[in-house]
Amino acid sequence: MFEATARNRRNRKVEGLLRLLFLWMTCMLILPVALILGVLVVRGGPAISWEFLFTQPLDNMTAGGILPALVGTVWLVVVALIASVPVGVAAALYLSEYAPDNRLTRAINLAIINLAGVPSIVHALFGLGAFVIFFRFGTSILAASLTLAVMTLPVVIVATRESLQTVPLAFREACWNMGATRWQTIRKIVLPNAISGILTGVILEVSRTSGETAPIMFTGAAFFLPFLPQGVLDQTMAMSLHLFVISTQVPDVPEHMPFGVALVLISMVLAMNGLSIAFRVYLRGRKKW
Amino acid sequence: MSVPVQASEAADYAIEVEDLAIRYHGKPALSDVTLQAPRHEIFGIIGPANSGKTSFLRAINRMDLMTAGMEVSGSVRVEGRDVRGWRNPYALRRRIGVVFPLPVGLPLSIYDNVALSSLLRGTRKKAELDVIVERCLRRAALWDEVKDRLDSLGSLLSGGQQQRLTIARALSQDPSILLLDEFSIAVDPVTTMRIEEVLSELKSEMTIVLVTNLVQQARRLASQTAFFLTGELVEVTETEAMFEGGAKDPRTTAYVEGKFG
Repeated sequence: MFEATARNRRNRKVEGLLRLLFLWMTCMLILPVALILGVLVVRGGPAISWEFLFTQPLDNMTAGGILPALVGTVWLVVVALIASVPVGVAAALYLSEYAPDNRLTRAINLAIINLAGVPSIVHALFGLGAFVIFFRFGTSILAASLTLAVMTLPVVIVATRESLQTVPLAFREACWNMGATRWQTIRKIVLPNAISGILTGVILEVSRTSGETAPIMFTGAAFFLPFLPQGVLDQTMAMSLHLFVISTQVPDVPEHMPFGVALVLISMVLAMNGLSIAFRVYLRGRKKW
Repeated sequence: MSVPVQASEAADYAIEVEDLAIRYHGKPALSDVTLQAPRHEIFGIIGPANSGKTSFLRAINRMDLMTAGMEVSGSVRVEGRDVRGWRNPYALRRRIGVVFPLPVGLPLSIYDNVALSSLLRGTRKKAELDVIVERCLRRAALWDEVKDRLDSLGSLLSGGQQQRLTIARALSQDPSILLLDEFSIAVDPVTTMRIEEVLSELKSEMTIVLVTNLVQQARRLASQTAFFLTGELVEVTETEAMFEGGAKDPRTTAYVEGKFG
């Protein structure tokens, strides 16, 4: 009765083969990540030193360090966050907590998805037209950061909205039934339990923002500036553009330098992603229901 | 309240409902309900699932405002005033405590769960809050079990404890009406008994509407009972009469005798 039939045996064989196939595909996925990191560490590692991180570029960027680019990227990211997080969180609060389920809301949601799908070069040209020219910010940190902010708004909105949605409706209903307004409910119950997820979204935005090149190329990032930005209306160097420049635009750059810049940039992004994962673990550990 | 009470029977009835109909996205859930719940009594509502009992409760404290697609017609009067005449629905909801089928311990400390309503109303004095928290937890028969751990999370209590916490939270609103929606569904029989005792004591201070899927619970507690069936009110009868064969409608008799539902 429990003898394996031919069909049983074939099923088991197919099962085993498929398992191997899927495992193989998964390994293929890891391969590029491992290769990129490996190559960067091996070839860029020797370039990393205190001088590399904390001095000005010298000799037409073929020597010296990357300090202005590093500082510039921090400026761009911070200003972009200041611009996008309040707007993104407020929009997500509206969409998740206030908006009725009607055509307008669905249109807004569709717009957010489409905004996320706009190519970054299109954002760059939009930023050039809107912030640099129309608002007369000139090519500046402000214009570049606002362009980055517009581009990453969907990340903040979607992460925040999803985080708000994880708070059960029953909690809201209990508060409303006590006579709490929507805002009181948000402040006392919803936000405190969604804040870690919102922070995760913000960190993801940081890692995305710090690597973007196209949106800042026309709006605020400079080819070469031998000084640090003093305010948001200055131009600045940035890690991502600097990498592009020394890889393709400047002759006689020693080979280890672009790899070193790429390694620093990817380390920043990975550190941010690590922070975001740590937050998520922390969030899970603190779950209150 | 600043608005004068107009109806003379306002003193006798806590809730008066006339020609109430409820629809969700145009689909009727409840229609043609007319009934009065006398003050300081327990008013039972029985009926099988999907008969409109919960919708009825939501119409009383104007939760239709917070529910997409819910439309209410007819009149609902609470303490003599049409609920749509309360310009501030939040004030109306504060006077009405609600307990849900599944216990909802908010993700706050036990203390804050009970203090929340007062906090939202602007009470900040710790001493005042302490008194409210202890009194409400005692009345909900939970104080002795939690008095040493008021700082631990209310959402991590056991089901029966959370349900008593929910009742304590409702009582902290100092309500004149308490709406209970199948409170015993996730609660063990012993806890149910204790809550029932609490309710019998509370009715001297407030009007209680008890929606229940346990017909015997209505029999034990309610002075009048309404029978809802598939979106309509079949009848309202003195509870004793309903269970002693005096129901006006044969469907009610069949339901309370356990022949269906």
